[in-house]
Amino acid sequence: MTIAFRDETFRDDYTFRNSPHAIRRFPFPFHEDRYMYAVNIEPHALPGPKGSVVEFAFDVDEHYVSEMRDRELVLRQDPLRCQALPHMMAAQWDLLELIMTSFARDYPEHFSLERDGERWHWVNRPLGIDQRFVFGDALTLPYEPMEYVTRQAQGDWVIVDQRDGNLWMDAGMVTTQADWSLDFDIGMNFFEWHGPVPLAHELGVFERALKYLMQVRVGSPVRRLNWTMTINPLLDTAPERYPVWGPDRTTVTPDNVGHKAHLRVELQSFWRLPRSNALLFPIRCYLIKLEELVTVPKWARRLPRVLKSLPQELVDYKGLTRYRDTAVAWLSRYDDGAPTSPGGGPD
Amino acid sequence: MLVSGIKSRPVYGTLAPNEQARLNIVFADGEGALAVLAMKPAAPTAFWARTHVIYVAGGSAPQGHFAKLQALGTHSCHEAPTIASALPRLKALLGAARMGTQLYLAGTEPLMGEGMRVAGEYGIRHQSIRTEHRGSLARRVQCVHCKGITESVTTNIVPCAHCGLHLLVRDHYSRRVGAFQGVNIDAEAPGQLPKVEEVFK
Repeated sequence: MTIAFRDETFRDDYTFRNSPHAIRRFPFPFHEDRYMYAVNIEPHALPGPKGSVVEFAFDVDEHYVSEMRDRELVLRQDPLRCQALPHMMAAQWDLLELIMTSFARDYPEHFSLERDGERWHWVNRPLGIDQRFVFGDALTLPYEPMEYVTRQAQGDWVIVDQRDGNLWMDAGMVTTQADWSLDFDIGMNFFEWHGPVPLAHELGVFERALKYLMQVRVGSPVRRLNWTMTINPLLDTAPERYPVWGPDRTTVTPDNVGHKAHLRVELQSFWRLPRSNALLFPIRCYLIKLEELVTVPKWARRLPRVLKSLPQELVDYKGLTRYRDTAVAWLSRYDDGAPTSPGGGPD
Repeated sequence: MLVSGIKSRPVYGTLAPNEQARLNIVFADGEGALAVLAMKPAAPTAFWARTHVIYVAGGSAPQGHFAKLQALGTHSCHEAPTIASALPRLKALLGAARMGTQLYLAGTEPLMGEGMRVAGEYGIRHQSIRTEHRGSLARRVQCVHCKGITESVTTNIVPCAHCGLHLLVRDHYSRRVGAFQGVNIDAEAPGQLPKVEEVFK
């Protein structure tokens, strides 16, 4: 199927929208009317349901071209958003191979890859790229392999090294993050980079998640959803730029909340990389306006119930403090009190 | 010893001599000298003869700790006026070090942070370093916005020494940067600051 790529912005005039098709396939993260942390990891069994965001290894959707343009703008402003420690070069090539072979297999009308030994020919039609290079020779690409390929793949990409019974965040391309800094966190282990998360340490969530992730094998990826909210469809909510986007939280009113407030969902997956034995951690961000979300009756009922019952620590940690009540009041108009069916998908 | 629920902050221990080490490098400041001197009963003369000491007295200068360190009979004992001025010497020692070298860090968190960061550049795993916290709780803070470092921070909120934004000092520590993270506190309501309190004395 050919994807109709939208021409839109994630900054300034914020012309980002979801088509009705994109709304239907939105990865709504709440499987019941309340939310608490859990090790909600499941196999990323491929292919997933047809047309869903988990049909293929990595989802390419209508926002692809515009998201890649936004990434380019972020990197021009701040090159520290893409960093790799020196021992991660083998993992960088692993990543390039995984993305290119997956895209060419899953979206042949948009991407193609020809391989003749180490001589590779990559064509990315949506972005107008035609590149011949030698696999393993970084000097034959315009950027290091991770940066090259993740300038052409939606979502953030973190590569973690596995050693000493822990996972170490040693490389990443991070421009669509929910308020965390790769530049500060690079080099940290699993517990360290999750340090600021409230409640979850005490629940033992991270110990269990770490054990699980260290067992992930080549060819058997796993996935989970995470969520927060963002005012305006801003992909780049980096702490570096917080003085610029933080004030947006004060602009929410009962009249504009449906348009300005977005549910922000991360589809996180975890992949063992074959050469380096590193773990790849793609974090794909999906945004949906509340006014788009309430077009699905089940979600319109469930989201206000979830937000209302959220523990205060999570409200504060997720940065919802100033506008949670406004969002709940607006959303509740769409909640007729009827019971909701289990699971996150629309009825 | 520092006690906290901060997951990203290193856990500091108590100094103990590694008698198997062929060479010992001790980097200490202020009351960290007392942690070094406390190894004396457990450390034979031969241990000190294989040991280099770099010491920054700081506010502890009147206590005369450096003279006591000199009396240990170490291979070398150097006093530097500041942490920054001590680093070239530390780097020279680490650069020349062979397998079997043990690094010890004692004193304030900024000193240990800088010591670990530099050691990392020379391929020394942080888990192998022996540490002991003594003295001030003052923090080194990196502004997440401009990336500048503000030294000796004792308050919960501090103006960045580089860009001037008011920073909340978060309980999030980077070993690679050797600093806590500072995030602008009044972005959503400029000029409205919570009470500034001295919390890291």
